[in-house]
Amino acid sequence: MKEFLLVALGALVFVVVFQIAKASEYVSVLKGEEKTRRQNNRINAFLLLGFLVFGLIGVWYCNDLYYGKTLLPQGSASVEGEGWDWMFYLTIICTGLVFFITQIGLFWFSYKYQEQDGKKAYYFAHSTKLELLWTTVPAIVLCVLVALGLRHWFKVTGDAPKDAIVVEVTGHQFGWEFRYPGADKVLGRKDYKLTGGANSLGVDFNDEASHDDIHVSQTMHIPVGVPVKMVIGAQDVIHDVGLPHFRLKMDAVPGIPTTQWFTPKYTTEEMKTRTGNPDFEYEISCDQMCGKGHFSMRGVIIVETMAEYKKWLAQQKPEYYTIYKDKDPDNQKPATGDTTAMKISQVVNEKK
Amino acid sequence: MSSVATLHGADVHTGHDDAHHGHHHETFISKYVFSQDHKMIAKQFLVTGIIWAIIGGMFSVIFRLQLGYPDATFPILEDFFGHWAKGGRIEPEFYYALVTMHGTILVFFVLTAGLSGTFANFLIPLQVGARDMASPMLNMLSYWFFFTASIVMFSSLFVQTGPASGGWTIYPPLSALGDASSGSKIGMDLWLVSMALFIVSSLLGGLNYISTILNLRTKGMSMTRLPLTVWSLFFTAVLGVLSFPVLLSGAILLLFDRNMGTSFFLSDIVINGKILPNEGGSAILFQHLFWFLGHPEVYIILLPAMGMSSEIISVNSRKPIFGYMAMVGSLFAIAILAFLVWAHHMFVTGLNPFLGSVFVLLTLLIAVPSAIKVFNWLTTLWRGSIRFTPGMLFAIGFVSLFISGGLTGIFLGNSGLDLHLHDTYFVIAHFHIVMGVASFFGMFAGVYHWYPKMFGRYLNNTMAYIHFWVTIIGAYLIFWPMHYEGLAGMPRRYYDYSNWQSFKQFGGLNEFISFVAMIVFATQLLFVFNFFYSMFKGRKVTSSNPWGANTLEWTTPINPGHGNWPGEIPEVYRGAYDYAKDGREFTPQNTPLGENESGDHH
Repeated sequence: MKEFLLVALGALVFVVVFQIAKASEYVSVLKGEEKTRRQNNRINAFLLLGFLVFGLIGVWYCNDLYYGKTLLPQGSASVEGEGWDWMFYLTIICTGLVFFITQIGLFWFSYKYQEQDGKKAYYFAHSTKLELLWTTVPAIVLCVLVALGLRHWFKVTGDAPKDAIVVEVTGHQFGWEFRYPGADKVLGRKDYKLTGGANSLGVDFNDEASHDDIHVSQTMHIPVGVPVKMVIGAQDVIHDVGLPHFRLKMDAVPGIPTTQWFTPKYTTEEMKTRTGNPDFEYEISCDQMCGKGHFSMRGVIIVETMAEYKKWLAQQKPEYYTIYKDKDPDNQKPATGDTTAMKISQVVNEKK
Repeated sequence: MSSVATLHGADVHTGHDDAHHGHHHETFISKYVFSQDHKMIAKQFLVTGIIWAIIGGMFSVIFRLQLGYPDATFPILEDFFGHWAKGGRIEPEFYYALVTMHGTILVFFVLTAGLSGTFANFLIPLQVGARDMASPMLNMLSYWFFFTASIVMFSSLFVQTGPASGGWTIYPPLSALGDASSGSKIGMDLWLVSMALFIVSSLLGGLNYISTILNLRTKGMSMTRLPLTVWSLFFTAVLGVLSFPVLLSGAILLLFDRNMGTSFFLSDIVINGKILPNEGGSAILFQHLFWFLGHPEVYIILLPAMGMSSEIISVNSRKPIFGYMAMVGSLFAIAILAFLVWAHHMFVTGLNPFLGSVFVLLTLLIAVPSAIKVFNWLTTLWRGSIRFTPGMLFAIGFVSLFISGGLTGIFLGNSGLDLHLHDTYFVIAHFHIVMGVASFFGMFAGVYHWYPKMFGRYLNNTMAYIHFWVTIIGAYLIFWPMHYEGLAGMPRRYYDYSNWQSFKQFGGLNEFISFVAMIVFATQLLFVFNFFYSMFKGRKVTSSNPWGANTLEWTTPINPGHGNWPGEIPEVYRGAYDYAKDGREFTPQNTPLGENESGDHH
């Protein structure tokens, strides 16, 4: 019923507008078309000026309302992202300047040079000097922006520092998997044809490097202040690891591994106080259309202190043991005996 | 003198010399359906484009309902869409289908076929001084291929598994695998077939436009005397002819991957627990093929709007367009660069960073010819004597939007900044303003300006002014705040943001945007009504040159028949922009040079 009323209301407005439009056409015929045309000209010139003034106020007002809701006031949460913020502000200054000059020029000229009695248009077909001016100045400014932009680009797309913590990120419809290389710092080989059952990532467990690898879903942990390198892949369609707080984004493409790296500056706890949001979480958003669950493909990154991170890592059981339970030393009777004996001897030693 | 002109006309147009007398028997079918008159074909493109625009616009209103009011239900949606909108709330799968079809329809069917199909057909022969296109037959086929493509695409909306839903860019593997999404089942095949037909239509049209402009110019109409509309349509056609075939190849390879077990774009895929045998393909290859068309495509959309705005701004400022040769040169530069920047859509695909840097440089270079155009438009307005016809207002609006949207391109084209902004609402704001709304403004400007030539009547002015003011204010209200959503990292193509800590703060803004979108859409219906109503009831045009313009289309009778000029084709003696020259308000191109006149001034 409500929809019906709305549609009826819309139709009514339509009819009214149409009647006014029709009537004004008759009036213009009666008043003389030339006179009406000139009147319309003045009205529209004035409206263009009004549009400029209210538009500029609107630009300010919109900024006032929404700047605080962007990620800019809180600054980049990664060391490398600071370059992004800097570059962004520089570009805003350059383009903002051009924006105001040209928009004001456009609407002011429109208003100022509206058709007026006794005034004729000025014949001015071209000027090489002026044209050279507005070819070279933008070209120079753009070269500067390109050079500075590329400096940031090459830094973040360059090789990660050698001491970076490596985490493998895999996207699938519709979730994220993370694999840590374990104590040997080497990720075990994968082959997508081995995928099946509990081995959801297709890890080749014949490769001994895989035996200490840790596999977690949806939430990853990383330490603060240390470079983290993500090795990114996808199982089914293209996804994208979007990290808005760290100013980064990289596609996850089936069959073609990609990487990105960054150094987190603040722990999740610190961000909670910095943003004033007690529920703050670093989120991984999928930024490449991947199917009907695209919007729900949310991952979480918990950034914590190195001590917390090490503690968390130590609590994780390697995937090899969760899949092959019989290989898990915790499940092997004699092994349990051994460790108990070791623990007892440790305690004894400490007491000494 | 006149005998020369006759000879010239007869020489080129012997093929349909009989047609331009207009008295031979024309049936309804030959006049309105299978017409070979470029003016009628233009109207066919325009009307088909308008129908598509209503459908595509309607889709955006429906998905904006979901974005603006994610918790509300609209039972009326269930009445129309059944299981796609169970309980009055659209399903995610349907949301993505709407988004995909909105993009496909508006980019290809409205702003490519509807815009350049209409105005290239209508204006090229009239403005270069030709009786018709080089091949009226191919021209007719071009429309009917477009029509067939439209039917196939339209039918895909009604298949049980839904139309394509992988985004208008149809990236595989999502678009290649029916298991990945129900829109990638039969709907995707229909999408590809429709697009193949569409490309054929575009090629037939484009080849025709190019050969008409190169070969059928009237006597005296040198290339440097062509109106800027014709130049822009020329470059548009060149872009289309050289880039659309690449998309066709991509579409065919994708059809093979989908139906014949090839692996052009597929490798290492496990879907729904099923291990696919495809190995060695590259999903990124498709993106290269797609964007090799896709980027020129945005200029295919934009250049005609630029050309028409240049023409309309000059006519209504009563001043020559400032820097004619610079305007042509910048169109040329944009057309060349358009081919060399496609990978800036792929900065985050794992592209080689060095290769990326080359694309950054070439992309930002486009800002130089764009800046030239903007400053030249401003200088054209400067010290003019401006008449604000509805066409002029839309042309001014076009420049404003082109500036606003163009400047944000400087952020996105810089790969370092794109790393954060890619695929966020910042991108949506950018391309809707600069290519979507701006091109629509160019199209509206063209319709308002040339409507008297098309139908011999005027559109209603009051409705036109309301249309302009609501649309430009609405367009800014819709798309300007989206930049801020993008700066918060808010990804595009999300069905619902309420579960995200980082993005849910924009609920109120999204509701506002949806509300404005509905008003703007309703106002477009007002335009459509005005368009069809004025065709029959509009104020009649009484003078053959109502705007006091210089170009040749205004030398034809008010309602030109097939063949355009009842007598000889006029000869051209000057460029198209002799306004305010030598104390005369305007001097049509077919006016011979005066005693002491200097001739071409550029």
